Amino acid sequence: MIVFDKPKSLSDKPMHYCPGCTHGIVHRLVGEAIDSLGIQGKTIGVAPVGCAVLVYEYFNFDFVQAAHGRAPAVATGIKRANPDNIVFTYQGDGDLASIGTAEIVHAAARNENITVVFINNAIFGMTGGQMAPTSLPGQITQTSPYGRDVKACGYPVRVSEMLSTLDGAGYIERVSVTSVKYIKQAAAAIKKAFEYQKEGKGFSLIEVISTCPTNWGLSPSDALKWAEENMLPYYPLGVYKDRNN
Amino acid sequence: MKKVLMKGNEAVAEAAIMAGCRHYFGYPITPQNEIGAYMSARMPKIGGVFLQAESEISAINMVYGAAGAGKRVMTSSSSPGISLKTEGISYLCGADLPCVIVNIQRGGPGLGTIQPSQADYFQCVKGGGHGDYKTIVFAPSSVQEMADLAVEGFSAAEKYRMPVMILSDGTLGQMMEPVALKYPAPKLPTSDWAATGTQGKRKPNVINSLFLLCEQLESAVVSRFERYKTVVQNETRVEEYQTEDADICIVAFGISARVGRGAVNLARAQGLKVGLIRPITLWPFPSSTIEKAAQKVKAFLTVECSMGQMVEDVRLATAGKKPVHFFGKAGGTIPSPEQVLAEIIKIGGVK
Repeated sequence: MIVFDKPKSLSDKPMHYCPGCTHGIVHRLVGEAIDSLGIQGKTIGVAPVGCAVLVYEYFNFDFVQAAHGRAPAVATGIKRANPDNIVFTYQGDGDLASIGTAEIVHAAARNENITVVFINNAIFGMTGGQMAPTSLPGQITQTSPYGRDVKACGYPVRVSEMLSTLDGAGYIERVSVTSVKYIKQAAAAIKKAFEYQKEGKGFSLIEVISTCPTNWGLSPSDALKWAEENMLPYYPLGVYKDRNN
Repeated sequence: MKKVLMKGNEAVAEAAIMAGCRHYFGYPITPQNEIGAYMSARMPKIGGVFLQAESEISAINMVYGAAGAGKRVMTSSSSPGISLKTEGISYLCGADLPCVIVNIQRGGPGLGTIQPSQADYFQCVKGGGHGDYKTIVFAPSSVQEMADLAVEGFSAAEKYRMPVMILSDGTLGQMMEPVALKYPAPKLPTSDWAATGTQGKRKPNVINSLFLLCEQLESAVVSRFERYKTVVQNETRVEEYQTEDADICIVAFGISARVGRGAVNLARAQGLKVGLIRPITLWPFPSSTIEKAAQKVKAFLTVECSMGQMVEDVRLATAGKKPVHFFGKAGGTIPSPEQVLAEIIKIGGVK
């Protein structure tokens, strides 16, 4: 009896992510959600620019690669073209919270019937660890070598809180993949977000607190610990918006 | 056939709908707002999509998404907005996606003016965005042609899987002329490459312009440029007016070509042998027509609503065989036929 198997929505391609990176976990959760809802054949993913730029190689369904930050606009075009498709974007914090803020805010404001999987690891990963809008006060990065100075760089952007103020946004939850308990909650949230779209209820976004051991300069296990001790207090987990309730 | 009086902006919008376009994404900017207004009124009545995007950048990326989903899709803007769209145009070219983009040019640089201009020639014909790419560029010179070229634009875009730009200007967009809009029923594309969902029946389709290996990117670009060669062979369009015996040949496109035609008529009335070459496609550029004319005429006069952009292509085509003069007006002003005639006389067009 098979009790644990790879989701059919995931391809066999070995992932390129660094050891300890949590992208692999989130990919799996997305694959499981799509499998369990039986929507693989009508799902279109929109790939970001960032560490997940090659995400289309790891899934077994159609994908469209977007320019940096533009994924919500590209997803809008796809969804408006074929409303029966299930369309989601997979974006990091540089992509979504920095260069793509206009696109994500207005996709949410329009209640665009798409799903957004938003990876927040408080840093630009692919380009080598620069400060992100989500980097914490005092956080050392390649472009904040003395720590993020809030006098010069301002404060981190809390995307879930910000978007939940919009009447258009349907379902917004912040989850984490830093422990088994949190991963189970994340799995349920991601599945719910896709269900939300499938039922035509509108815009859903799941913010996933993630790690970047390589650019944080920490071992994978220390990175999980750092995220829980430093990120979770700044980015509290929970449901920020659920139009159903 | 019955003609109706329409603005160029309305005619291009209605023609797109008649060509089967049911997806339009845009952002307000003068002097092209009639296109968005027309689409917003028509699309909901015919089961189409009109969406006013939050920015020019989002609008072109919505076009990218809808084109990637295999739909006939259009956007429009004016010069400063086209600057913002150039990122998306580069991606559309890199992913081999068809669409029609209308540019109702206004004076620049910067915020410029809202008056008509042709100063986006370099930007639209030579690229504008990053990387090696071409877009087919149509240059209408009447309201009727705005409509006709929009219809043909969709076919060409899909045939060669590349964006087509209708490079018009504020005059043609705003002025009204009688037009006859009658086109064959559109044959909508069946795009087996599009991202429409595998339905569990095929391997995933990926719309993409990223290559990790430079050799792979090189081969994709080289094969795209092979396709561009067939565009040059099949799609180059030009109109000639009174060039058979011309000593001096005006070269002008769009609204400037109408001024040029007026100047030809004034010159002919004075017995001057003047003709007009009007490129209808700016890329591909009708170089061979100009090259042939260079064997007969004494000189060329390029007329543009700019400080001189297409004139460089005219000079390239003539390869120094004959002098190429330039007369242009900048900043949103338009030359008059009398001014062009004065230039003709100045460069030696005497009886």
